[in-house]
Amino acid sequence: MNAKTADKIATAVFYAIAGSVILILAFLLGYILISGFPKLTWQFLTTPAKAFTAGGGIGIQLFNSFYLLLLAMLISFPIALGAGIYLNEYAKQNWLTTIIRTAIEILSSLPSVVVGLFGFLLFVVHMKMGFSILSGALALTFFNLPLLTRSIEGSLAAIPNLQREAGLALGLSRWETVTHVILPAAVPSILTGVILSAGRVFGEAAALIYTSGQSAPALNFGDWNPFNISSPLNPMRPAETLAVHIWKINSEGIMPDASAVSAGSSAVLVLAVLLFNFLARWLGRRLYHRLTSATN
Amino acid sequence: MDKIKEKLQQTSQATRSERRGRFISFLALILILVVVIAIFWFVAAKGLATFFQNHINVWDFLSGKTWDPSVKGANGRPEVGALPMIVGSFLITLLSALVATPFAIGTAVFMNEIAPRNGAKILQPVTELLVGIPSVVYGFIGLSVVVPFVRHVFGGSGFGILSGTFVLFVMILPTVTSMTADTLKSVPRYYREASLALGATRWQTIHKVVLRAATPGILTAIVFGMARAFGEALAVQMVVGNATLLPHNLVSPSSTLTSVLTEGIGNTVMGSLQNNALWSLALVLLIMSLFFNVIIRIIGRKGELR
Repeated sequence: MNAKTADKIATAVFYAIAGSVILILAFLLGYILISGFPKLTWQFLTTPAKAFTAGGGIGIQLFNSFYLLLLAMLISFPIALGAGIYLNEYAKQNWLTTIIRTAIEILSSLPSVVVGLFGFLLFVVHMKMGFSILSGALALTFFNLPLLTRSIEGSLAAIPNLQREAGLALGLSRWETVTHVILPAAVPSILTGVILSAGRVFGEAAALIYTSGQSAPALNFGDWNPFNISSPLNPMRPAETLAVHIWKINSEGIMPDASAVSAGSSAVLVLAVLLFNFLARWLGRRLYHRLTSATN
Repeated sequence: MDKIKEKLQQTSQATRSERRGRFISFLALILILVVVIAIFWFVAAKGLATFFQNHINVWDFLSGKTWDPSVKGANGRPEVGALPMIVGSFLITLLSALVATPFAIGTAVFMNEIAPRNGAKILQPVTELLVGIPSVVYGFIGLSVVVPFVRHVFGGSGFGILSGTFVLFVMILPTVTSMTADTLKSVPRYYREASLALGATRWQTIHKVVLRAATPGILTAIVFGMARAFGEALAVQMVVGNATLLPHNLVSPSSTLTSVLTEGIGNTVMGSLQNNALWSLALVLLIMSLFFNVIIRIIGRKGELR
């Protein structure tokens, strides 16, 4: 076989591989969206789930997912921001920095079920917080911190040193340079990172089944006092999220329409991830234009 | 005069805010370090209790074939043989990586070397999107598509290692593909030009130059995918069948470390042997995740030297 024939065969093989991967991926997306789409009615999205009869919705789970996402982001963003700033602006190349970088890498590669079990042990059992939104949000924080920190550090590192020199030349301190010059310039890419990590947090289930629990007690959406037990805002109530719901009804549920409900919920999850993706791209580009007066 | 002197000598507003900011951001960083240490401390303390408090032999734990912590075995010791789960986890991880690797490399090469324009336009956004799809969704599709398919074609109940392999293959494929594509992108353009200038065909350039130069990166991508497959809990738990038996074949129900953990932790009493044994499984997971990390580091260092 001469080299030219081999080349042609190889090219055909690559086309076949890429084609089959495209087919698999298209089938995957198509299956989720097509099987779940008929389920996506306002009624399905807003009514509470029913355990034993068909026709239940995912209203409470959907709310729980967003509330948990919000809390987890509120806790993890400031920590990740501080850590990212220190790593990129202050940290020297020494043993401590190396250890911390290694630790972040290890944390990001830990199986999420281990992070969830740690959250279960520390918050639910030792601190006696029970299965609660707060326990779940803290577990999600641990899960989210390493990636968010690295993405913020990357965003800061992408700002050219000229900006820092300009800030220092104006007599600003290093901290003032960071807060007044570097951070505003890095906002678009930080925001993109935050939204992308939000998509990851939104779909996480393994870290939550033993921290925020697998039950969704009825909520009174007229009561916004966070200290009342039936209030949606109460952070100490157990809260099953959408992703946990899918796992729960498929592995031990006795719901008659479990597969239709999971199809609908999967479609919602995937659409949410899609939305987060597009939002990240769009907002990042838009903010960049707004903040840097770049033209199209 | 003194007033001016005092004003000049005291720390300025800017210095104070500098110190405060630096301190706070350092605290945030230290917090992450503390979290990592705490995770290891807690899981190790719980996981080692099986061996120190309940006096289970480590070797019995790793090589025993029966997992039934609430029952005492022939030797009067509880049956906590974790071998079925360890074998299940490794088998699923290795098989899914084995299936995913050719597809991932092929797709990445296609995206970068053969049809860069279409690849960048269609394949790249789609793979990036699929990286973000929640694992329960993969589990659900596994349950409603893969399991019936396996039952139909290969017989058995459909639950087992094979279904788990299929689900994890699709799950790690986007990750490995996009990481491999990134490595291929970082191979300098002049490598390809030099090879083509010598009269090599595109295929010769790809497998003798580009893939060779990208080998460390591709290996990192594969190990990364394996680490993800090893630690994946829910998607696997939904399709693997959850029978704590050594797998006879690829379609018999079996279990992995993660699947036993997700099922068991809620049904056992804290501090009991049944519970401690589960934490030992978590410890094995933790150690394996460290092990994958070390491998990635070694590959990275070897790659640098070349």
